[in-house]
Amino acid sequence: MALDKYGIAKRIAQELQDGFYVNLGIGIPTLVANYIPEGISVMFQSENGMLGMGPYPHESAIDADLINAGKETVTVLPGGVFFDSAESFGMIRAGKVDLTVLGAMEVAENGDIANWKIPGKMVKGMGGAMDLVASAKNIIVAMQHTNPKGESKLLPKCSLPLTGVGCVKKIVSDLGVFDVKNGAFYLLERAPGVTVEEIQAKTAGKLIVEGDIPEMHL
Amino acid sequence: MKKVYRNASEAIFDIQDDATLMLGGFGLCGIPENCISALIEKGVKNLTCISNNAGVDDFGIGLMLKTRQVKKMISSYVGENAEFERQLLSGELEVDLIPQGTLATRIAMAGMGIPAFFTPAGYGTEIAEGKEIRAFNDKMYLMELALHADFSLVKAWKGDTLGNLVFRKTTRNFSVPMAKAGNITIVEVEELVEPGQLDPDDIHVPGIYVHRIFKGIDYEKRIERKTVSL
Repeated sequence: MALDKYGIAKRIAQELQDGFYVNLGIGIPTLVANYIPEGISVMFQSENGMLGMGPYPHESAIDADLINAGKETVTVLPGGVFFDSAESFGMIRAGKVDLTVLGAMEVAENGDIANWKIPGKMVKGMGGAMDLVASAKNIIVAMQHTNPKGESKLLPKCSLPLTGVGCVKKIVSDLGVFDVKNGAFYLLERAPGVTVEEIQAKTAGKLIVEGDIPEMHL
Repeated sequence: MKKVYRNASEAIFDIQDDATLMLGGFGLCGIPENCISALIEKGVKNLTCISNNAGVDDFGIGLMLKTRQVKKMISSYVGENAEFERQLLSGELEVDLIPQGTLATRIAMAGMGIPAFFTPAGYGTEIAEGKEIRAFNDKMYLMELALHADFSLVKAWKGDTLGNLVFRKTTRNFSVPMAKAGNITIVEVEELVEPGQLDPDDIHVPGIYVHRIFKGIDYEKRIERKTVSL
């Protein structure tokens, strides 16, 4: 069975390493914070200007002056720090953030990503996505494998306006885990009960399947 | 050297039609509520507003969109605002969308006297069209220019009468670089104190950047997305 959004978040959480500074995008990526593996400690960076972002506050602790990049009320953990937006993107650009997790509308086999604009529809803006994808050392895309019409989002080439070029290293979709390298999607793991044939059928870009592909452990 | 004004209307007295303004804040967090109200009361028009976001329909810059005072927005993300969408689609409003880090840094560069810089953000995308591209250490970068404004309107937590500023939590956001970038920087604060009452080690923006300061009133501090743990 394909993963739900919590399953995708759980699988991505397995990529976290002790001491990582991590930036989580809006949507499924935000859920990753709920599944940090035991025994490791990571610091979440929110690009509006905070390191050490904590969970949502209890009703009595809500503070309008303390929000995340999704404009949600949050808390700050002991050891957390506040800074301004220019400094925030300075640390992103300088490669200090170890891992960026974000959503995508399309990813191409060469690592191009499109996630900010659908021409002809309302354009809301790219926010920090272009800065993050251009500079992050390690980018994992969290997304559904197909769009609501059932069409593959893993493509030979993006059809939507690009957010960044050649930057995606890994994808965790509801069907599997993929490395993006050498101009192809390398299937690493299958979601529980999902067959290689189903993944092949739903992947429009070049898919490499080497040997037996294990099911992921959640 | 008198920087202290009595209120927002007095502090924005010389903002005229066609001005370019920077407005601090991220979403609705740390926005200059008093200055926005005063601009609406004054009714200045054809404004170019540089702000990461455009507020919501009935708060923040959204209020100035409703009164049709804004000609152009320069922002990174402008969702959450139906009136904005309507004006954009009807052609009444111009919008320049800029990657968030590029926007923050263009503003910061103006406050540092640096005319341009190179960033990888947007390379290979439509943002790069018409811009100078250069390779440094085998990576491609775009040249982006410093972004200036006639006036910066910023809200800080505390300030002294010399214009030294202290911010609270995530309200530093765009407000700190904007405070340093304005040709004239106007700051509203929750607490206005005498020199010496703020620890020099704690100042986020030195008063040299600040031209006018006043104590704001009636802060609503509206929350855009209230999220709680149960």
